[in-house]
Amino acid sequence: MIGLVFVSHSRLIADGLCQLADQMASGAVKMASAGGLLDEERYTLGTDTLRIVDAIERVWSEDGVLLLVDMGSAVLSAEMALELLPDEKRSRCTISNAPLVEGAIVAALHAGMGGTLAEVNAAAEEALHARKVDRMVGGVKRET
Amino acid sequence: MAQEITLGQLRNWLILYADRIIAEEEQLTRLDTAIGDADHGVNMRRGMEKVRERLLDPENHYADVGTLFRSVAMTLISAVGGAAGPLYGTFFLRAATSPNSGSRVDLSQFTRMLRFGLDGLQQRGKAYVDDKTMVDAIQPAVEAMEAALASQQSWAVALAAAKQAARLGMEHTIEIRANKGRASYLGDRSIGHQDPGATSAYLLFETAVAALSTSAPLKVNGQEPAAASPRSVPTQAGKQKNTD
Repeated sequence: MIGLVFVSHSRLIADGLCQLADQMASGAVKMASAGGLLDEERYTLGTDTLRIVDAIERVWSEDGVLLLVDMGSAVLSAEMALELLPDEKRSRCTISNAPLVEGAIVAALHAGMGGTLAEVNAAAEEALHARKVDRMVGGVKRET
Repeated sequence: MAQEITLGQLRNWLILYADRIIAEEEQLTRLDTAIGDADHGVNMRRGMEKVRERLLDPENHYADVGTLFRSVAMTLISAVGGAAGPLYGTFFLRAATSPNSGSRVDLSQFTRMLRFGLDGLQQRGKAYVDDKTMVDAIQPAVEAMEAALASQQSWAVALAAAKQAARLGMEHTIEIRANKGRASYLGDRSIGHQDPGATSAYLLFETAVAALSTSAPLKVNGQEPAAASPRSVPTQAGKQKNTD
């Protein structure tokens, strides 16, 4: 089963996602958070490449690891983290284009069902297109 | 024989750079407040304080230039926090992998290190000249070094040319719109502001002139940089922390 890593500038967001996604997957999927930056023993906003590497190691299996990231330096730090991994591990890690929150939930569900790295990522990236509300046009609910 | 600079001089350069960044924190924050998320100053200061601490620690010995640069890179990628962490981290990490770097480097090797760093930086950030990023200062500086090398100039001439090119590149970022990072969301409103990343990158070359132009080290025994006194390193007034 693949592992999941959540990367956010905010420690609270990444940790909260672990809690949320873990509940969705009924505790069946290995997941780790790498959120925020430790500055003089207190957390501040930011991303830390070495903590991402550590998170990957914690959930690592031969099936691979999917990384879900927020934006900006989270992407750069995740890419850098992959560069620091040995080749055989790097080739089994994917940084997803999925939106962080929706993607994490979908990924946890699909990982729990035994999806491969590519399958779980494809499902998570689909979440980019998920519609949440149907807009009212002229007071009439639109079809579809 | 080509003039070489020592590991000790390179170490001094990096300490001097850290001092400059720490001293310029407010200025970098001011620039990043205008077009970014106001974190470049604090992020770079935090990273460079760690670099400084590590380089001044007498316990740390650096066998060669690659080890020295790798140490700086690893410190930056874990301590900076913003995009500058992986970007500067990649710059130093790739520079560290440049061939022929031992405990001394000649101008050709040093220039190639900077070229490796620049190429890595561009791979990581996918930024080109005129995107209003660090690349706008670093690329012209590296090209100036390469041109100076090709015409067999001295270290002093090459570094002065690099500094000048980096300064012009940095100043040019005022006139252009940002295509990368948070500033790119501002579109044309990013015009008229100097890029904070190009500014911190320019300081790399400004301090290189001071630290590397002479083949005579600044009172530091280049063979044994770790044994050198931290106090011989010039610092910005009042910013030096007592780390020993």
